[in-house]
Amino acid sequence: MIDWQPIWLSMQLAGITTLILVVIAIPVGYWLAHSRRRWKTAVEALLSLPMVLPPTVLGFYLLLAFSPTGGFGRFIDQYLGLRLVFTFPGLVVASLIYSLPFMLNPVIAGFTSLSPDLRAASRTLGKSDITTLLRILLPNIRPSLVTGVVLSFAHTIGEFGVVMMIGGSIPGQTRVASVAIYDEVQSIHYSLANRYALTLLLISFVILLIAYGTNHHFNQRKTLL
Amino acid sequence: MRTAIGQLFLTMLFPLLSPTGGQSSGLPAGQRTTVTVAAAADLKFAMDSLAADFGKKNPGIDIKLIYGSSGNFFQQIGNGAPFDLFFSADMDYPRQLQARGLTASVIRIYGTGQLVLWSRSFDPDIRKMDGLLDASVKKIAIANPAHAPYGRRAEEALRYFKLYDRVRDKLVLGENIAQTAQYAQSGAADVAIIALSLAVSPAMQRSGGKYWLIPPASHQTIEQGFVLLPHGKGNNGADRFMQYLSTPEAGAILKSFGFGRT
Repeated sequence: MIDWQPIWLSMQLAGITTLILVVIAIPVGYWLAHSRRRWKTAVEALLSLPMVLPPTVLGFYLLLAFSPTGGFGRFIDQYLGLRLVFTFPGLVVASLIYSLPFMLNPVIAGFTSLSPDLRAASRTLGKSDITTLLRILLPNIRPSLVTGVVLSFAHTIGEFGVVMMIGGSIPGQTRVASVAIYDEVQSIHYSLANRYALTLLLISFVILLIAYGTNHHFNQRKTLL
Repeated sequence: MRTAIGQLFLTMLFPLLSPTGGQSSGLPAGQRTTVTVAAAADLKFAMDSLAADFGKKNPGIDIKLIYGSSGNFFQQIGNGAPFDLFFSADMDYPRQLQARGLTASVIRIYGTGQLVLWSRSFDPDIRKMDGLLDASVKKIAIANPAHAPYGRRAEEALRYFKLYDRVRDKLVLGENIAQTAQYAQSGAADVAIIALSLAVSPAMQRSGGKYWLIPPASHQTIEQGFVLLPHGKGNNGADRFMQYLSTPEAGAILKSFGFGRT
């Protein structure tokens, strides 16, 4: 009997994280793609850090930051009633940081690849920046958005090190599928671990299949036009 | 500005998020109560049995079990982990929590652990500790002495038998004692020094390994204590579980997993 809770929890975590990341990555990516400020390179490097950092580094600093014994952790605990260490909301915040580059980089690449004429033409026709973004730019970078969504979702499902550091493996709250596999192997429940692992493998495959399928679809339409 | 938008989103979403509705300690009688138990990994199979037996007698109380190394739990509790009860594999970690004001009850001993030498590739009962020196033994698993009490006792035993320096290069460290056992069970390590409570579990016995009791004189005693944590204060499910542990039924289960009573 497979307990679906860890898998459901992973899906929830990945879904919520991806949703929020879309909302964050579009304005930030737009700014990074178009800004001419010199320090934007530093911002870009900083935001890509989670991609190269060992998850334990991120997990360690988040543990220190979120712990109610520290300044920031105590502040949000007392004033907002929000505990970010060993809780689901904490995993969401950690995943946002951890998966941000996987959403942001495709979006920046998408914006940068668009011809500046598109923006200029839309402006000349009297459309505002917001309208240009929503009606012209975003539809044109749809493949990049799909790539970003898929990568962030899949990357969040595959998250392990950070969750180990700040999650605490609490059933129904922080025991996501990747951690459940680790726990079941230690309990010598290999068949159960295998079922979780196989489920994750299938889900990941289907996600990538959808992603590649969608991108091929877009590319074909582009060549037809 | 953008992080402010993100935060707004988070606060909007959070009430929808937790399916369990966060922590449910101190609920009025009649409702379901959840007790979150952080237990040393040597309790893995014993605590599963205890929780199952307790659950039959107390259908309204959910025991959530989390296993790991005592030292890791100690760190997590210090950082605000929402555990109600902590079962350590020693007395030291609970005492340190007590000294820091992070306990909500007296520390009680629930049993004394026992180290065993466990292997699938040779019979430890015949070779005893000398088996570790065999050329065929490439990897010896012990729990990480840095944060697992059983690892510390294993290291003491190896030193006692004057083997530590001779086998040091063969040592692999499990994150906790259950992972250490799994290393040997899977054959990844040729032999492991683990807890008797794991060696007698059906899962370990099925894999055809044999074990030998390492003389207790070779290391400090493995007195193991549990304690109520501040998070579990007022959680009557936690109180009930603590009371249950002093019943003869609970004692019999612990004994069947090789825990000595003190």
